[in-house]
Amino acid sequence: MEKFGFTISKGRQIDYDVNDRSVAEYIYKGEPSFRICIECGCCSATCTTGNFTRFSLRELQILLKRGENEMVRTQIKKCMLCGKCTLVCPRGVNTRNVIMLAREAFQKTPTDAV
Amino acid sequence: MGKQIVVIGAGVAGMEAAGQLAKFGYEVSLIEKEKSSGGHINNWYKLFPDRRNSSEVKEYLDSVISGKGIKMIAGTTIEKVTRGKNHFLLDTAGGEQLTADAVVIATGFDLFKSSRKEEYGYGIYDNVITSADLEDMFRKGSIKKADGSTPGKFGLVHCVGSRDEKVGNLYCSKLCCVTAVKQAIEIREHLSDSKVFCFYMDMRMGGAYYEELYREAQEVWGVNFIRGKVSEASESINKKLIVKVEDTLAGRPLKMELDMLVLMAGMEMSEGGKQISQMAGLNTGENRFFLPADHHFGSNKSNIKGIFYAGTCTAPMNITETISHARGAVSDVIDYLNNGVS
Repeated sequence: MEKFGFTISKGRQIDYDVNDRSVAEYIYKGEPSFRICIECGCCSATCTTGNFTRFSLRELQILLKRGENEMVRTQIKKCMLCGKCTLVCPRGVNTRNVIMLAREAFQKTPTDAV
Repeated sequence: MGKQIVVIGAGVAGMEAAGQLAKFGYEVSLIEKEKSSGGHINNWYKLFPDRRNSSEVKEYLDSVISGKGIKMIAGTTIEKVTRGKNHFLLDTAGGEQLTADAVVIATGFDLFKSSRKEEYGYGIYDNVITSADLEDMFRKGSIKKADGSTPGKFGLVHCVGSRDEKVGNLYCSKLCCVTAVKQAIEIREHLSDSKVFCFYMDMRMGGAYYEELYREAQEVWGVNFIRGKVSEASESINKKLIVKVEDTLAGRPLKMELDMLVLMAGMEMSEGGKQISQMAGLNTGENRFFLPADHHFGSNKSNIKGIFYAGTCTAPMNITETISHARGAVSDVIDYLNNGVS
């Protein structure tokens, strides 16, 4: 087909009702403290990975809650599990376990199913 | 004859002030535009943060004003305020003239009229209701959509009529956040299969035990909080509501279908208060509430000697603050009548 140099942009809107939130549900079950995050960003501020690469646990966890899983699937591998985020969380979220469970959930689901 | 005090408004502030003043031996008249006392509290179901029944506070207030010789004049308004040398003459719509050595204004607040935020569709779409409508449903024990079915998915919109230049209200009504949290929990209690989403700009949980209630809503009741103000609501062909919001923490626009949208109406200066401010020459602030003589140490005093303020006619307040503020007014009235301090 002739290429004219035009493309159709993929919408940026989060379509909440269509999205699959099974990964978030999986984490809620295994780590109920995942619910009480208030998105303060303390975890991301202290995170060594986040200081050197594009990685924000705060952002990743909100994306999971909205069912925007694809970016999380690759990003979450960057974490080195040092646990500083858990130490600084003012709400007492077990962030390290959130990451472990997210990885677990992604392992159980093939890429194209999420 | 004892000194006479007229208290205008028999809501929480007016009842508390009238009762305490009567306890000190003053002759108190309590004017109320509605047929009975209590004000907004009559319309609430349960109160934050402890979710006690609102009727308990009403019972307390009734006990405060009963048996103390308070002259209750309900179902009328003040039509005219005349200043004498050391007293006031107040004419009621019922044709009565009252003499007062001091006046306590406790005209309270009106809820923001949510139909003014047309983009949310109150009065246009069937299942857009206000926080006050939801309280009414709780009191009746039945939460139903307009077609009689049970809603499953709720959206609660914070800051309706507050922090919004478009409606002329720059201030925060400060109680809508905690009301949303309380109502979110109550929806989950009433309908265990329901899902609740709160759309907020900031969570302003400033009162004692408000933050704890917020945490409980997340932890125990699974209430979802999405940071972003709903820009508009529309209705789909199958009568579902669709909201558009920016999920500002994800940095992405978001859309969602809902069965019911609840608007957290803010607090505004009451119409009755506005009329009294004009007829008596009382100062009002940029937020249109009565402007106290001093923000820090004169919040019960007005620009007119002998006229005092109690409660939410000066600013949004919760019930605890309203009762304290009313007691402050009592203290200032006594200081004025006994020592001439104004």
